[in-house]
Amino acid sequence: MLRDGNIDGFNPDGRISLSGDNLVKLVLRNKDYEVKPGMTLLSALQKINVVPESVIATREGEMILDDEILKDGDEIKLIAVISGG
Amino acid sequence: MKCKKCGAKASVNMRQHKLALCKEHYLEWVPEQTERFIKKYEMFTHAEKILVAVSGGKDSLALWDILTRLGYQADGLYLGLGIDGGINYSHESQRLTEKFANKHNLKLHIVDIEKEYGQPIPVLSEISHRGHGKPCAVCGLAKRHEMNRIARDLGYDVLATGHNLDDEAAVLFGNTLSWASEYLLRQGPVLPASDGLARKVKPLCRFYEREMTAYSLASGIEYIYDECPFAEGSQSIYYKELLNQLETTRPGAKLTFYLRFLEARNRGDLFIEKNIERAHLHSCPKCGQPTSTDDLCSFCRMIEKANSVPVS
Repeated sequence: MLRDGNIDGFNPDGRISLSGDNLVKLVLRNKDYEVKPGMTLLSALQKINVVPESVIATREGEMILDDEILKDGDEIKLIAVISGG
Repeated sequence: MKCKKCGAKASVNMRQHKLALCKEHYLEWVPEQTERFIKKYEMFTHAEKILVAVSGGKDSLALWDILTRLGYQADGLYLGLGIDGGINYSHESQRLTEKFANKHNLKLHIVDIEKEYGQPIPVLSEISHRGHGKPCAVCGLAKRHEMNRIARDLGYDVLATGHNLDDEAAVLFGNTLSWASEYLLRQGPVLPASDGLARKVKPLCRFYEREMTAYSLASGIEYIYDECPFAEGSQSIYYKELLNQLETTRPGAKLTFYLRFLEARNRGDLFIEKNIERAHLHSCPKCGQPTSTDDLCSFCRMIEKANSVPVS
């Protein structure tokens, strides 16, 4: 878990931690991130320093696009697309 | 964002094509484009028998799914590499591959490296001292050898792999950084058959990795999501990440990089000569596959060496 307690605002590493319940949760592999509702998916990915080209976002099993507005209580699963070795 | 074909809400947006599609139209578009690439690069025909190398990952299973939907005679080949990595990696990837084959009633050949050659890949790597502590070099060598052996022995016309555009762009990027002219000359959607070597094709070579992930998700393909435990920190993944950063600010950069390379190579515009004679190949006295050495091929040498060392 990457929650950083109840400090409002933006962390130096790009993650958002806010007090209160007005959050959107994004999950990438085993890491959780939180952002404010009302921003687009693209903005959220930029906030948490995830390269948009490297993931596909799903909400309730359906793929969503960069311009999707994230709503309070959303849980967004980020699926990493890069594989290989 | 709306689907360009029907106006419904789009599920996939391909900025490099300026094309957004809903799930239903995306599932039509991908096979249509694959068919187009198969014909454009003259990969194979409906009369030919195709062996699809399947790993349980998104790309190879998607390829098998697409070729089957398009009505091609496509059987699968799964290589059991014996990689555990604390996540039962090979076991799980084989389970998902078999599940896919059973669900679609497809023919799947399974070759277990340990049963065939005495040791799983990580042990072969360790005792043959190849690959600087990582088994990826031995894994690649064994896969190339076995895929060719099975394709040849079972009479398949062509071997198809699930390499996508990101795979190809990462290889191209690496070879360009080091100006590896011989490798640059060989890279392309089709590697023609030659003495003892099956024709190899990459029908997904113009799809972004992201698009193949979207296809697998949209069509409900269950694939192994975990990365190979040995892939972490690999050079190819690092190059893919770099190229994705470029793609984010320059949509289409990866596609242009690869397609312009193919065009230049085909025109003979690269710094390398257009036709370099292939080194004369001999038959390996043990397995019969082509090799540039006078004695055993690299694979058989590696196996001999591995089997001559007692395992503790």
